[in-house]
Formats: sequence, structure tokens, C-alpha cells
Amino acid sequence: MAAVAQAPPAPPASAPARARRGRVPAWRWAILLVAGIYFLLPLYAALRFAGIKAYGSVFSRTGFTDALWLSVRLAIITTLITLALMVPTTVYVHLRLPRLRRLMEGITILPIVIPPVVLIVGVLQVAPGSLKATPWLLALEYVILAMPFAYRAIDTGLRALDVKTLTEAAESLGAGWGATLWRVILPNLRTAMLSATVLIIALVLGEFTMASLDLYETFPVWIVQFDQTDAATSVAASLGALFVTWIVLMLITWAGTRQARRTGGGEVTLFTVARTDTTTGS
Amino acid sequence: MATDATHDAASARSSGAAGQIAAPAAPAAPAGAREGAAVSLRSLSRSFGQVRALDGMSLDIAPGELVALLGPSGCGKTTALRIVAGFESADAGQVLISGKDVSGIPAARRDMGMVFQSYSLFPNMSALDNVAFGLRMRKIAGARRKQRAAELLDMVGLAAQARQHPHQLSGGQQQRVALARALAIEPRVLLLDEPLSALDAQVRVQLREQIRALQRRLGTTTLFVTHDQEEALSISDRVGVMRSGRLEQVAEPPVLYSRPATAFVAEFVGTMNRVPGELTAGGAQVTALGTTVPAHDGHNAADGPVDVLVRPEGLAVTAAGDGNGIVTARTFRGAVTRVSVLISGETEVRIDVPTADTAAMTPGAAVQVTLPPAPALVAPRRTAGDAPVLAD
Repeated sequence: MAAVAQAPPAPPASAPARARRGRVPAWRWAILLVAGIYFLLPLYAALRFAGIKAYGSVFSRTGFTDALWLSVRLAIITTLITLALMVPTTVYVHLRLPRLRRLMEGITILPIVIPPVVLIVGVLQVAPGSLKATPWLLALEYVILAMPFAYRAIDTGLRALDVKTLTEAAESLGAGWGATLWRVILPNLRTAMLSATVLIIALVLGEFTMASLDLYETFPVWIVQFDQTDAATSVAASLGALFVTWIVLMLITWAGTRQARRTGGGEVTLFTVARTDTTTGS
Repeated sequence: MATDATHDAASARSSGAAGQIAAPAAPAAPAGAREGAAVSLRSLSRSFGQVRALDGMSLDIAPGELVALLGPSGCGKTTALRIVAGFESADAGQVLISGKDVSGIPAARRDMGMVFQSYSLFPNMSALDNVAFGLRMRKIAGARRKQRAAELLDMVGLAAQARQHPHQLSGGQQQRVALARALAIEPRVLLLDEPLSALDAQVRVQLREQIRALQRRLGTTTLFVTHDQEEALSISDRVGVMRSGRLEQVAEPPVLYSRPATAFVAEFVGTMNRVPGELTAGGAQVTALGTTVPAHDGHNAADGPVDVLVRPEGLAVTAAGDGNGIVTARTFRGAVTRVSVLISGETEVRIDVPTADTAAMTPGAAVQVTLPPAPALVAPRRTAGDAPVLAD
């Protein structure tokens, strides 16, 4: 009681921060350089290999438009079905069955653990013929594939929210379930749903195994098939697709971040919804 | 970013003073006013697994009254509030509002305004839309809704912040918007679930005074849950002290302080000293520090060793070379100085002494501590193993 321990003088908190901002250690540059080469060199090689002419001819190739349009439709359908299924489910689990959250995490990770080939073989055995002729079958398969990403994005969004208090506040003000979901929860999950959308679109536009085994000519399948006859055009198409996908994702992210800034929500990133809390606390 | 912060600080300053908000010339029928309802909690019981959160709790609140439920965490005060709100249901017992049992009515149709401990504003809506939410749910037309919401924001001193989103408001401002939102629906009962505990000390004091001023003006029956005794004592008509799911005492703040019904209440509310004493005359008298005084509420009637409970201002102390105690510490508190004295080398007491009289009472000085001849509250002698009760 009498002796007050002398606390060691704490280093000024800003000192390390300044060092970090001011001078980046050399090894970080090295890592950045290696990673950069690893990612950019193949792109550069592809660019050189295809040649400028190939880019012009991509659009006129047989099947290009159909394949791209199919992929776009698939992306839209998959996104809509996934959100319609996962958002209410995840909200319900958060509010009413929080103990099942672990189980949900386990279930939603399954599509990553089980190889697509296994899923496909099972689906093809039981899927009705009428469904096989439409894009819907593949879209439904993609919904399964997208589940882990969608669940995680929405779950993170909900965790940042204090859904319980918001729901109770809405209830005490006279809101029923529908109004609470529509006016309070969904608007605040917009960022999370955008994150999920970004992930789903990226997934669908790049998926090859399932589409190929199901005999759909989606954009990735078309590229691979074309590769066998005209490698240069195929490579040009892949690069173009990469670029377009990138632009789309950037646009969605940008729109989401702008929205988030306005209402103080999280930032849209590929894997998490980072909460930016600017409350001053007094 | 930087501009935001400056703006926040500026708006917090401009609307921060509690006094300014208290009463902008009360109109005939202020927004949010409605005849207060009588609330009656009848033998409420509620268990969570093995834990009995409420154990036959009963409480009657008069129309327009502000009653605080005070108690340590886990005493059941929040459970009681949540049962009144309709977020929990009681295993047994009833909640009557204006004499009608509301047990079967869902929270959304109970007309209770609630302010939560954690910030509960809807992040996607502006302050104005937050306040208007309850009116929107009541299908009140757009223009009237906006006008009423604006009136309420004005009432809590935040008219200038109407268009801001919750993340642009300070914690205190957010709770004021939450209060306006709860009052906008002209609730029959206002329920406050530790609305101030997330705020820092200064804002807390301002806001509690503002809550009280508004509550008085609107006449809304209010149930206020808190673990902060100062908060409860300063703004309530009556305070109910809870322990293990039961009310130990419900009384006006001065009564609670000066005539606590039980040792628990005595030690939970305010600072309390324990001085060893001896109960005599069949529990009617108690002897401590060489003085014999009437024993007030001799619960445990058997004669024998007890503790006498005395407030810091209830003990007398004088400098005396051959006294029974030694000063161990002193804390200056303005008009009074709190002097800690070790009596007979074993009992530590805290005594409030007018600062002018404390010149000789420096640590190490010998003093004489005496018990004034007033009835004293006694409690069973606390043995070394007993956990000390929170005080001060």
C-alpha cells in the first residue's frame, strides 16, 4: 500500500507510428518486389504473347458473346438467390439461435472442403433433365459454392451491428418483424451484402470445373476451348476478362465505400467488413 | 475527417450545457407529453437455468413518478425492466399498466419508450429520422412526423444536429437522440436501462439532470435502472435497492440514506463504517466505542457481538493524545475532510470532519473517536471470511 511501484516510462505512442510511416524497412520492399514479379510477370508475358491484334479480334470470335452473356446472367442469378437465402438465415441465427452459429460456420465451410467434382457428380445423378437444359442448374450449384463467402461477409456485418439492441429498439418503437428487417437491419447490412456480391461475382466469373463438367459454355470454359485452336486470342480474352472483372469489382467496392462513408458503416473489402468507428465517445 | 471532428466538438459545446436545455418556455402541451400511467409489478419471478434473476419482486409506481432500481450487477434489476418492456416474460407474476395486465402484449404494442445502455440509434438514419421512426411505425403522415421529430430534437437541445448520422454524434448526443426517440411516441412508461453508463462523468451528470427535467415536465412514469447510487439518489422520486432478485427497500433517497432498512442497503448506498459493538438489553441497546445507544432495528435480537453501522458524518472525532485511534490518512474534499482512523489497532473507519477542525489530524496523530448518542443501525458481526460489501 505504501510503496507505489514506479512504472517504467512508456515510450511515446507516436514514435513507432512515425517510424512506420516515414521509412519502410528494406525487407518489406523486397517482399513487395517478389510478390509483384510473381503476379505481374505472367500478365506481362500474356500481354506480349497475345499481341495487340488479338485483342481486336476477340469480340468477333464465335461464341464469345454467348459465353460472356451466360456468365453474366449466372453471376446475377447466383447473387440474387444467395442473398435471398443467406441474409434472412444469418439474421435469424444471430438473433434467435446464437448457439447455432458454430454449426452454421461448419456447414457453410463444407463447399470449400468438398471438391467441386464430388459435388457435380452427385448433382448430375439426381438433377431433373428439364433443369439441366437451363442455366438454373449451374446457378444453383454456384449458390452452394458461394455460401461460405456470403455467410462470412454477412456474419461479419451482423457482428459489427449489435443487432439485438437495434431490433429491440425498433420493437419498442412499434416496429413488427418485417419493418425491423426492412428498415433497420437490411439498410445496415448493405455494405456486408455488397462484400458478398463482390465475392460471388468474382467466383462465378472465374469458375471452370463445374461449368465444364455440366457442359455449359461459360466464359472460362469458352476460353479454355478456344485455347486449343487460337492460343493468342484465348490469352487476349483472359486478360480482357481479368481487366473487366477487376473494373466491376472496383466499381462495386467504390460505391459501397461511398455509401458507408455517408452512414458510418463498414468499408467494403474482399474478405471482411472493417468497421470504421468515428464515435468520439463523449 | 478533420473537419468532421471539429464540427463534432463544436456542436457538442454548443448544445452541451444541461441548464440551457432544461426548459425552453414550456408550451401548453409539450411534445411527448401524455398522462403518466400507474405501473405495478406483482410478484415477478424469472429464472435463467439455475439462476433466479427475479424472486417474487413487487413494486408499485405512481403515475408520473420516477423510480430507480439500484443494485449490483446480477441483482435482477435489468430483468425486471425487460419484463416491463416485453423483451422477457416472467415465469410467474404480472405487470399491470394503468391496472391492466400487459403480459400477453408484445413489446411492439406496449407503448413503452426505451433508452438502452449501448448506443441503439439506427446507424442508417439521421438523428431526425431516428426520432421519427416510432411515428412512422404509427403511420403518422410525413410532414407532421417530421415536425414532431424536430420538436423533440429541439427539446433535447439537438435541433442543429437533425441531419447528422449517429456516427457523427458524440456518445452523449446519441443518448439524447435516443431519449427524444423514446419520448416521440408519447410512451405510457419510459424505461431507462443504464442509459448513462457508457458516457464520461461530466456528460453523465448533465444528461441525468436533463432526463429528470424532461421527465418532470412531461409527467411520464419512468423506471430507471442503474448500478450507480449517486445517479439513483440524485434524480429519483424513490429508489428501490435490489439484491438477489428481491427489493430490499423502496424509499425516497433521504430515507434510504438515513434510515436504511437492512445492512445491505446501508452499505450499498453511500459510505458506511463498521464498528464492533455489543448488543444488550434484549437487542434494545448497543455499546460501541464506550458509548451505549439505542439499537435501531435490532434484527438479530440476540444479545452478543454485532457491528454498528455508522456514516462518515455520524462519528465524532477530536484530537487527543491518549485517544483510542490513530489517523492513517486524510482526503481533502472541500468543506469537509475525510479522515481515516485506525481504532484500537484493528478497525479502520472513515470520518468526515469540517476541514477547519482538522489541523491537528495529520497521519500518525492520536485521536478520540466517539459514537454520538443517536440510535444506531446494527448488523451481524462480519467475520474475516465474509466478502466486503462495496461501498464508496
